[in-house]
Amino acid sequence: MTTDTIQNLKSFDPFAEAEDSVGDVKTTSQNYIHIRIQQRNGRKTLTTVQGLPKKFDQKKILKVIKKKFACNGTVVTDTEMGEVIQLQGDQRKDVQEFLTDKKEGLGLDAKTIKVHGF
Amino acid sequence: MADTKPRKSVAFEDSTTIVDSDGQVTESAGMNGDKASAESHAPGDDKEVDEVSDMFAGLAKKKKKKVKTEGEEGEDVLSGLKKKKKSKKPKEGAADDFEAQLAAKVGDEKEEADAEEEIEGDMMKGTGIWQHENTSPVPYNMLLNRFFTLLHSQHPDLMSSGSKSYKIPPPQCLREGNKKTIFANISEICKRMKRTDEHVTQFLFAELGTSGSVDGSRRLVIKGRFQQKQIENVLRRYIVEYVTCKTCRSPDSELDKGENRLYFVTCNSCGSRRSVTAIKTGFSAQVGKRRRQQK
Repeated sequence: MTTDTIQNLKSFDPFAEAEDSVGDVKTTSQNYIHIRIQQRNGRKTLTTVQGLPKKFDQKKILKVIKKKFACNGTVVTDTEMGEVIQLQGDQRKDVQEFLTDKKEGLGLDAKTIKVHGF
Repeated sequence: MADTKPRKSVAFEDSTTIVDSDGQVTESAGMNGDKASAESHAPGDDKEVDEVSDMFAGLAKKKKKKVKTEGEEGEDVLSGLKKKKKSKKPKEGAADDFEAQLAAKVGDEKEEADAEEEIEGDMMKGTGIWQHENTSPVPYNMLLNRFFTLLHSQHPDLMSSGSKSYKIPPPQCLREGNKKTIFANISEICKRMKRTDEHVTQFLFAELGTSGSVDGSRRLVIKGRFQQKQIENVLRRYIVEYVTCKTCRSPDSELDKGENRLYFVTCNSCGSRRSVTAIKTGFSAQVGKRRRQQK
C-alpha cells in the first residue's frame, strides 16, 4: 500500500476547498436543506427553506406550496445562500412532509433535510 | 426489570413520578408530563432528537395511562396492563423511574410486612424469613427486592450506571417585558454539560433564529418569546449533537478546538474523538421594517 491510498497521510491543503467553493456556494454546505423558523411580532412566525436542489424551479415549488398550505410566501435571493423560500406561519412540518413525499411532493431523502428551531 | 425500561439519554431533572405504596401516582411539576404547546410547535425531526422526545412522549403517555387506570376501571385497565406493565403487581406497574419503582416496592414490602409479619420479617434486621438459620425457601421476588434495596443503599453509583439518564437542571425562562426572554440558569447548565456559555449561546441563537445578549448576572437575554419547553427542545438537540458521545452515548465529553479550526468532541469515558459541525446561522429573513445595516 502506498501512502497515497491512505487518506489520513495525505498532506492537508487548506486552500483546496476554497477554490471549489468560489464557483458554487451550495456544494460546500453538504447540500442540506435547512428549514428554519423565525419569530415575528406577536404570535406570527416565518418559515424559511434554504438550499433546495438547483434542479427544482423554486417559483413553481412555491406556487404549489402556497396553494397546498394556504399561506403566502416569496422567493428571496440571498447573496450567500442563493434562493430561499419564505413562507408565512409555522410551516416546518408541512414543508418537511412535502419535500419527502414521493407521490405529491419532491420525494427527497429525509436525511438531507434539517429542521431547526424550537 | 432494567431490561424493560426505555433508555433515556437526556432527561430533565424534576420529572419524577412518585408511586406511593397505595398505588397513587403523584406527578411532580415536571414539564415532561404535560406536552401541550411546545410539542405541537415542535416537529422534532432530527432522528435522534425524535428518539429522545419519543421517549419523553412515551413517558408522558404512560403516566397518563396510569392515572387513568385508577379512575375508571374499564378496558383501559386491561389494555394498559398488557401493554405497559410487566411486573407482577399491576399496581406499581412499569414506572420509568427506577427510584419510584423501588420506593413503591419498598412501600409494598412494608405493607405486606404489616400483614404477614411472621413470614416476611425484616430483611435489614434479619428476622423472620431472612433469619440466618431459617431454612424455608425465600421467594424470588423478595430476593430480588432485597438485592435492589441493598444495592441502592450501599452502591448508589452502581445503580445509576445500569440505566443511563443524563440529567441537567431544567432551563429557567423568564419574560422580560413583552418581547424578550431571559434564560436564567444557562451558566449552570453549561457547567453541567462542560461547555462554554458562548458555544451554547451561539447554538441557541442559530437554532431559534434570533439574537440576544448577556446581562449583568450572566443570564442570557434572548429576543423573542420562548417558553421553557422550546428552550428545552433546543437544548436537547444541542446535547445530542455536541455533548453525547456517539459511540458509547456517554455525556461525559469535552469539546475542544482541534487543528485547522474544527471542533472535536472527545469522550472521557471511551476515549473516542469525533468532529462536530461548526454552528452556522444560515439564512435569516429580515423581520421588521428597518433593514439591518449591511456591510
